[in-house]
Amino acid sequence: MTAPNPQFEAECIRRILAGERHLFHDLIRPCERPIYFLLMSILRNETEAEDAAQETAIKVYLNLKNFRGDAQFRTWVLSIARNEGLGRLRKAGTRREDSLDAEADDQTGDYTPAILTSWREVPLEALERQELGAMLRKAIEGLPEIYRNVVLLRDIEEMDVRETAAALGITEGAVKVRLHRARALLQRELTPRLEGFAPRQKGLFGWFKA
Amino acid sequence: MRIDCKHVWQHISAYIDGEVDAELRAEIDKHLETCEICSAVLDSTRNVVVLVADDRVFELPAGFSDRLHARLEKELELAGPS
Repeated sequence: MTAPNPQFEAECIRRILAGERHLFHDLIRPCERPIYFLLMSILRNETEAEDAAQETAIKVYLNLKNFRGDAQFRTWVLSIARNEGLGRLRKAGTRREDSLDAEADDQTGDYTPAILTSWREVPLEALERQELGAMLRKAIEGLPEIYRNVVLLRDIEEMDVRETAAALGITEGAVKVRLHRARALLQRELTPRLEGFAPRQKGLFGWFKA
Repeated sequence: MRIDCKHVWQHISAYIDGEVDAELRAEIDKHLETCEICSAVLDSTRNVVVLVADDRVFELPAGFSDRLHARLEKELELAGPS
């Protein structure tokens, strides 16, 4: 994803507030992906997530003068997105995982990885096969929400621990614990099924093993 | 003191992110040299992390950006940010 550029953002915000409204398009563009995928993680519905993403962008625009610059712009935007998503869940009366999630954080749980004795790397080229992407998406979508949000921001949008914590309103320690558990759950879920995507190994004489 | 496999698993995520201190890293590295299970667990976990980070896995819906900016354009015409 595009790395945030605080100088560009500050300059953009200053000019937008001074009347160059069209610059808002450039300001929000680098945030589009994380906004959408965070909302997708919270709402689990493409249409709803897209609508909520648009609402978020509009709220960011209308509240731009309130951005203090003490947080990163993207972090501030994502906390608005999170509030938008949670607000919609509350309105729909479907804040289903709240209590479960809170408990999940305290549990020690079983986060033992899948045990294996060797691993053949699945290269990125394997993603040309659509079923691999679908399998990865399904595994992430199947994670409890508190883990899914963290994986999305940390591993998929590649945000750092601090920013992830600020965007989700949790501590940095909680980000690390949840990420650890999420990765263990993903490894356990995916490892047995990923093996089919690893390239075949060359045999002793350069032949491919069956 | 030699650390055991469970101890290594507890720190795998932090190890991948380079967030374990030098002493612990050295112990884990030493363990990995001789433990094929932990090596495979580490390699597979790292492989999963690399794969899910690829932009092809999570793509924005087709036309998402165009629709977003079209809606913003309307909003920008209507009201200023102050």
